Amino acid sequence: MSPDRQSTTAVEPERYELRSPSYVRFESNRRGFLKFLGSGVVVVCAAPRTAGSQESGRSRRDSEDDLPRELDAWLHIDPSGGITAFTGKVEVGQNIRTSLSQAISEELHVPPASIQLVMGDTRLVPFDMGTFGSRTTPTMNLQLRRVSAAARDALIAIAAKKWNVDPASLTAENGKIVDTSSTRSATYSELVKGQQITELLPSEDPLIPATQWKIAGRTLPKVDGRDFVTGKHRYPSDYKLPGMLFGKIVRPKAFNATLISADIREAESLPGVTVVRDGNFLGVAAETSVLAARAAASVRAEWKSDPQPSNGELFDYLKKNRVPKDRDDGSLHEIGNVKEAFSSTEHRLNSTYQIQYIAHAPLEPRAAVAQWDEDQLTVWTGTQRPFGVRSELATAFHLPEEKIRVQMPDMGSGYGGKHTGDAALEAARLARAAKRPVKVVWTREEEFTWAYFRPAGVIEVSCAANGDGKITAWEFRNYNSGTAGIRTYYDIPNQRIEFVPVDSPLRQGSYRGLAATANHFAREVQMDEMAAFLKMDPLEFRLKNLKDDRLRAVFQEGAKKFGWEKKKPSNGVGFGMGGGYEKLGYVATFAEVFVDSGTGSVTVQRIVTAFECGAIVNPDGLRSQVEGANIMGIGGALFEAIQFQDGRILNPHFAQYRVPRFKDVPKIETVLLDRKDLPSVGAGEAPIVGIAPAIGNAIFQATGQRLRSLPLAPDGLKATVKS
Amino acid sequence: MPRKYTLLINGQSFSVDVEPDEKLLSVLRDELDLTGTKYGCGEGQCGACTVLIDGRAQRSCITPISAASGKSITTVEGLAKEDRLHPVQQAFLDEEAMQCAYCTSGMIMSAVSLLNQKQDPSNAEILQFMQGNICRCGTYPRIVAAIRRASGAMKESRP
Repeated sequence: MSPDRQSTTAVEPERYELRSPSYVRFESNRRGFLKFLGSGVVVVCAAPRTAGSQESGRSRRDSEDDLPRELDAWLHIDPSGGITAFTGKVEVGQNIRTSLSQAISEELHVPPASIQLVMGDTRLVPFDMGTFGSRTTPTMNLQLRRVSAAARDALIAIAAKKWNVDPASLTAENGKIVDTSSTRSATYSELVKGQQITELLPSEDPLIPATQWKIAGRTLPKVDGRDFVTGKHRYPSDYKLPGMLFGKIVRPKAFNATLISADIREAESLPGVTVVRDGNFLGVAAETSVLAARAAASVRAEWKSDPQPSNGELFDYLKKNRVPKDRDDGSLHEIGNVKEAFSSTEHRLNSTYQIQYIAHAPLEPRAAVAQWDEDQLTVWTGTQRPFGVRSELATAFHLPEEKIRVQMPDMGSGYGGKHTGDAALEAARLARAAKRPVKVVWTREEEFTWAYFRPAGVIEVSCAANGDGKITAWEFRNYNSGTAGIRTYYDIPNQRIEFVPVDSPLRQGSYRGLAATANHFAREVQMDEMAAFLKMDPLEFRLKNLKDDRLRAVFQEGAKKFGWEKKKPSNGVGFGMGGGYEKLGYVATFAEVFVDSGTGSVTVQRIVTAFECGAIVNPDGLRSQVEGANIMGIGGALFEAIQFQDGRILNPHFAQYRVPRFKDVPKIETVLLDRKDLPSVGAGEAPIVGIAPAIGNAIFQATGQRLRSLPLAPDGLKATVKS
Repeated sequence: MPRKYTLLINGQSFSVDVEPDEKLLSVLRDELDLTGTKYGCGEGQCGACTVLIDGRAQRSCITPISAASGKSITTVEGLAKEDRLHPVQQAFLDEEAMQCAYCTSGMIMSAVSLLNQKQDPSNAEILQFMQGNICRCGTYPRIVAAIRRASGAMKESRP
């Protein structure tokens, strides 16, 4: 296992939302599952040892007549020729239903549309830690490819036996096995009839070099696109069951509040309304969503909460509230002698960068439908971790996991924000009391308030460089936001890089790219500051301190496309860059920004992003991810920030919390470097890390204003222009 | 008190018993199970719930049922004619103008309304008209391309 692989399977410390106690166990009855599938050909793939299996402490007690407890994926070809693949990964808009179907289709030689992909149903699919960390493409894509290739070989073996020929003379073509030495052929359906074959692929590092693939990546449209443009697809919030009630939670006035008293008489007097008070949980269920909202509004509840920090004191607070020693998982990376290098180097800079909390604001809010059948619970919910939600439900209701089934219909995005099962817990609690299925869909205000946020942070950076542009020392201290992307990829002999965990005033957790966005912002702006200080070209300065060929390549290719060498700031227009390495992908982003000196408004006019993630699987899908990451990143770079005061969110609406819209979108050009000689890795996260520093550095070129706080210009630059 | 309302949706007549201030969105989704129209904010800020009322884009989450009754309502389910997609739906597929696609039905309905009003809108007119629709996945450039493509296709198919 390479160090790179380890770094992607380890769960980063800033996934705060995952730290709740876990009781993850594997489904017990695999043989029952095989019976459910019936006859045909089944190929299963054993999972490599991953962070998931290590953390859950699942043991490998496989007997000869049993399947391994740790499986990654499996595929079934039934006697009618139907092909069904099963994976614990889920579709959240990153388009993996398509790219995984593509992998299967190309190995099995069948049209992608003929493949059924069962995803994220805890009763039917193998355990999966969750769909995060850009791991689907480097792991699941290859596992399904191996499983599909093995299924194809099994079909060839059946045909070879049947016809008594050498398997080498047979090939798979368009759903058939064809004998190349004659005109004989048989469909998959004909071949699997009456067969009962189960093949187990051994555990293997899934990082098969892409050079060994038999097929090259090509663009494939979204496999079920038609269901989305016709409104036919059912998202979690669209689910409806017979007799279903609508749930509504009575929320506290502030975070960390305790329920003192609740007058629920009026709510209970409404027709068919069930009210539940259980500890701090207070909620209602009713026949219609309108009635549920009315019942919830009629509850007069008294909450008690202690004073809590506000935006105004956030950064000061973060620096002063390191977590107590028993929970301290801070980290320190040191090489060389930083102190000595600083004192002996000619030029040095110190800067402090700040990052506000931001919200994921997925357009589909958290939603769940829960149904009890005696002590069996079934939940349909939007989550990136169906097995994690099952675990949360098991703990909350004191049930064994076997009694709980979580299903995850392809949902309205997550961006790292839907790792927890809040809505599922709420719906299940209400459904148990009402003895009927209950649906809970969070309002936008609830989504902005009771979900978790991307961590805020303070980052202090010191850098020392010689007059020739060679960096000698680098000190980097990150308070709270996290460790993803904290190490520098520049070649610096003396480094001190520290992460200081803090007791966050708000609930925080994963967000697209995790802290890599904050760490890249601080690092890439500091690089720009030092380049300006030394009067060097920022690209030349970076390349002078950069050995990594893959990172050099994206900077160079991006610069070429952008026309960096010819760009000179004038009339309020400036140019900037930011780039780096995250989740195994390499990115360099270049931005052209216009600052109106009269109004102070900031407009991003053009973005060029060069991206390399190994061998490309689906070029257009990849381009869409890079574009989307840049557009989402513009929000966090320029204007998104959660405003809070004393345990309350002050801007929980789209009218107050500005997200990127049509007019915010610049011209975006994407340069994809296709490295067929390197393994494919994910692309949902890495492309977001370069945009904020690129914009910040471009604003500096345009105006001379050095901005070190994200968001950079929530209200434009008016105030700074005036002063 | 609930009242009886008659709604004309996608050419079909429906009768519902709801409160006069109940919003068209929850009637469509909860009463009639037309879930192609989405909840995104409930405040008319994101466009996910967009439907056509008498051919014009309206936010169904802030439209009281009393204001929609008796008018011709089109939802995303009513755009395709039998198996033939509306040119805007086809253009969204052709341009891969979606990721999670939760905003897609609202985007499509807004785009249809725009093209009903103006056959060949300029880029600036598209941005202005679509500004109220949010796509968190950031597929905006593809949506603009899809609207341009649909505009071209609809022009060609006109006599």
